[in-house]
Amino acid sequence: MESSVDTNLATRPNDNLGRVVSLKPEGTVSTTKRIKRSFRQIRAEKVFRRTLIIVALVMVALVLGIMLTLVYESTLSIKSSGIGYLWGKTWDPVRDIFGAYPFILGTLLTSFLALFISIPFSFAVAVFLGEYYPEGWFSNLLKNTVELIAAVPSVIYGFWALAVLVPIVRSFESKIGVEPVGLGIFSSALILAVMIIPYAASLGRSMIHMVPSNLKEAAYSLGATRWEVIRAVIFPYTKSGLFAGVLLSLGRALGETMAVTMVIGNTSLIPKSIFAPGNTMASVIANEFTEADHPVYLSALIELGLVLFLVTVVINMIGKKMVSRFTNE
Amino acid sequence: MKTLKSLAIVALTVAIAGSMMVTGCGGSGSTSKTDSTSNNDNAMIGAGSTFDNPLFSKMFSEYNKLNGLKVNYQSIGSGGGIQQLTSKTVDFGASDAPLNGKQDSALSAPAIHIPVTAGAVVITYNLPDVKDTLMLTPDVLSKIYLGEIKKWNDPKIQAINKNTKLPATDIVVAHRSDGSGTTNIFTTYLTKVSKDWESKVGKGSSVNWPVGLGGKGNEGVAGSVKQTPGGIGYVELAYAIQNNMAYAKMQNKAGNFITPSIASVTAAANIDIPADAKVSLTNTEAADGYPISGLSWVLIYKEQKYNDRTADKVTKMLKLIQWMVHDGQQYSAPLNYAPLSPKAISVADAQLKTVTYDGKPVLQ
Amino acid sequence: MASNHVKYRIGKSTFFKGLTILLACACVVPLIFILIYILQAGLTKINWHFLTNLPKPVGETGGGIANALLGSMIIILVASVIAIPFGILCGIYLSENKKSKLAYWSRLCVDILQGVPSIVIGIVAYFWLVKPMGGFSALSGSAALAIMMLPIIIRSTEETLKLLPDSLREAGFALGLPFHRVVLKVIVPCGISGILSGVMLSVARIAGETAPLLFTAFGNPYLSFNLLKPMQSLPLLIFNYATSPYNDWHDLAWGASCILLIWVLALNIFTKLMTRKWKVQL
Repeated sequence: MESSVDTNLATRPNDNLGRVVSLKPEGTVSTTKRIKRSFRQIRAEKVFRRTLIIVALVMVALVLGIMLTLVYESTLSIKSSGIGYLWGKTWDPVRDIFGAYPFILGTLLTSFLALFISIPFSFAVAVFLGEYYPEGWFSNLLKNTVELIAAVPSVIYGFWALAVLVPIVRSFESKIGVEPVGLGIFSSALILAVMIIPYAASLGRSMIHMVPSNLKEAAYSLGATRWEVIRAVIFPYTKSGLFAGVLLSLGRALGETMAVTMVIGNTSLIPKSIFAPGNTMASVIANEFTEADHPVYLSALIELGLVLFLVTVVINMIGKKMVSRFTNE
Repeated sequence: MKTLKSLAIVALTVAIAGSMMVTGCGGSGSTSKTDSTSNNDNAMIGAGSTFDNPLFSKMFSEYNKLNGLKVNYQSIGSGGGIQQLTSKTVDFGASDAPLNGKQDSALSAPAIHIPVTAGAVVITYNLPDVKDTLMLTPDVLSKIYLGEIKKWNDPKIQAINKNTKLPATDIVVAHRSDGSGTTNIFTTYLTKVSKDWESKVGKGSSVNWPVGLGGKGNEGVAGSVKQTPGGIGYVELAYAIQNNMAYAKMQNKAGNFITPSIASVTAAANIDIPADAKVSLTNTEAADGYPISGLSWVLIYKEQKYNDRTADKVTKMLKLIQWMVHDGQQYSAPLNYAPLSPKAISVADAQLKTVTYDGKPVLQ
Repeated sequence: MASNHVKYRIGKSTFFKGLTILLACACVVPLIFILIYILQAGLTKINWHFLTNLPKPVGETGGGIANALLGSMIIILVASVIAIPFGILCGIYLSENKKSKLAYWSRLCVDILQGVPSIVIGIVAYFWLVKPMGGFSALSGSAALAIMMLPIIIRSTEETLKLLPDSLREAGFALGLPFHRVVLKVIVPCGISGILSGVMLSVARIAGETAPLLFTAFGNPYLSFNLLKPMQSLPLLIFNYATSPYNDWHDLAWGASCILLIWVLALNIFTKLMTRKWKVQL
């Protein structure tokens, strides 16, 4: 990687360095030219810096805007249900009783369970592609297949899970002696786990790829084994990237709708175990939004979107605190 | 130089993207508003019921061959269709449930209901050892969905199906999880036939189910029922016929056990329909009518002069709907939709004649 | 003792290598099953006619998906044009200003955005674009998808660039290069592999999204090239047809899913070839 940069710089004749050296004997005319050019460069630099700041500001504004829109559109429901919305245990659109607690619980259960299942796999892919076999046709194939996981429309995951995964889970459930329903939080966590693998894996791979080889070589020269290098050099070096990947995965898991909806069993009752059917916030919105037939109902659904939004904020804040304590950054 | 160029490229892309956004938003007042609803007089936009979509796609494709009118109908759900009509982003809406009071008051002007087709909800079940067609009464069905009857060999079910040996398996109830017209018809029916259901659950496109698993769409429900021995669920008639599913005979108000079919749905609809066409076909008096049926409506504003709509466009739209109600009905049965009953057609005609443009009636 | 300990360490290392290989290969298994499932159902439906014709209503055979194919391409292209430059620039900002307050907040915003369900983004796009414009449009769909692409592009750009050794940057500055040239000519090309895989992931992610398009791009049974008008797209078509009761339409949906997958795969390979041509190391 570094070598490609070197050649870039060396082979570019009109680069600044080249100019400075070659301009030396030419005198004043070129000097003014040069000054002009450096002014232009300075201006361009300023513009660039400003663009970056604006872009970052727009990003913040975008998310704030989404939040404000959600707040605005859900005022009706906020007014009628109040704060009790968050721990209300009943969701009854017919009687306009809206409580989001079962869905919040369902969302957290499925997402974290899925994350828990997927992390070993996505890290394995990252290490496999980043460290053990960075090149070769098989690695290329694996890399592309893993990225393809993200490309399969989630409704297809849903169909597949319904047809293949659910019966397997059902027989597993009857073996361990819980009510063999098949549909439920466990099934949806499994399919979610598959779906979120590429996010952490892909980011992790590029991170691991970039660990400077002198660091690794130093460790090897001290007699460390491959695993010890991975554990003691690569993981700590890439920690924040790996964690960012995990956060991306988690975000995807929290917001995933279609596939989860197909297999979670969709009941508004509070799930009793991870094998019980439940519901997530996203799946309720997807299920009911198109047919929501009166304003309060509609705004209760949008408030659910808002709550999901806030839950994501809180989880991300906690995640950030964790990683900053962890890395002392 | 090269830097500036690349910077310029970046800036340009951002600018293009930005300007596109801006033209998108800023140009709204003048260009797009007229575009979407009136300028292109050979295009019509409709949205709503998912249930109607296959039939509509057939009808509109045929009508396009006849008249060249391009109708863009999208199945975003009945509730979605009503919302879009309310915000006037579409020319017509389509719904499996009539507008209720709250929805009516949200509309800026009165809208009319024109019945276009009818459908039914069938009760499908998975009992591998039962060869005879299961028969159900309203009472038993509501008790199953309330979670009061839990086993298939419950005396109440056995009493109806005297000659059938019912297994002692648990009943696994499945229902639609997505808000749907199907659920609306089903719960409207249960509300009519059971006091308990009315007080505990009620009717709607989504309700708070006391028991059961939710499946997304027909295929979600069908999937749960097919895979679980002892499963019971409800799906659209067309879905059950197309997929060769077992479905129960339902006892209607006259006491007859009726097999759901296109004929028995049309029969259920052959009743006196009020002038505003807002009627539920569930549990009707018709002796050979299937009790869990429902109409589906096209919704349009009564006064058509809004958003710069031209008289020409309005006439075209009304002609289209008129065609759907009459000639279009021939496409219903092959797709497992129930054709409108003669009484429904006459009400639809009367409704269409009430439509005005700038205060004057459009169709004579 | 010592040799035992070394043996133990080597054994442990081999064990974890085996475990890594096992787990890495295991996560491909479900995908392979799903791919076979889709290819089996869809591949036989695809032919020239399927790609170049408009869909037909139920009961008529031989419909195609030309409108959805073109529509999807246009919508995704426009979304990419909006999201890629914006995403990369934002990623650059975050990697260059690790500690600033603005960076903290915008990083948080990026992570939050990733967790917003696609349907909510669709709803927001509906309120922001469709309602004020007075009608559905492909552009509003693209905008919704662009918002969904951002977090993945930004995060992968940021994290990739952050890991580049400072010496690279410093070398650039030492040569008297201005900031923007260091970033655009040194840093970004070095991290292009990570950035591109983020872009690919994000395109793959939105290519199959239905929910944000339902209330924005809306769909259209006819061909349309007007960005300000409703436009059909593959996921919408798949969604509508897969949920209908008719086998004709299921076939169309399977064929379309198959096309969607092949298309994303082709895009992946295409990017790869392009980057190889530009001699960017991947």
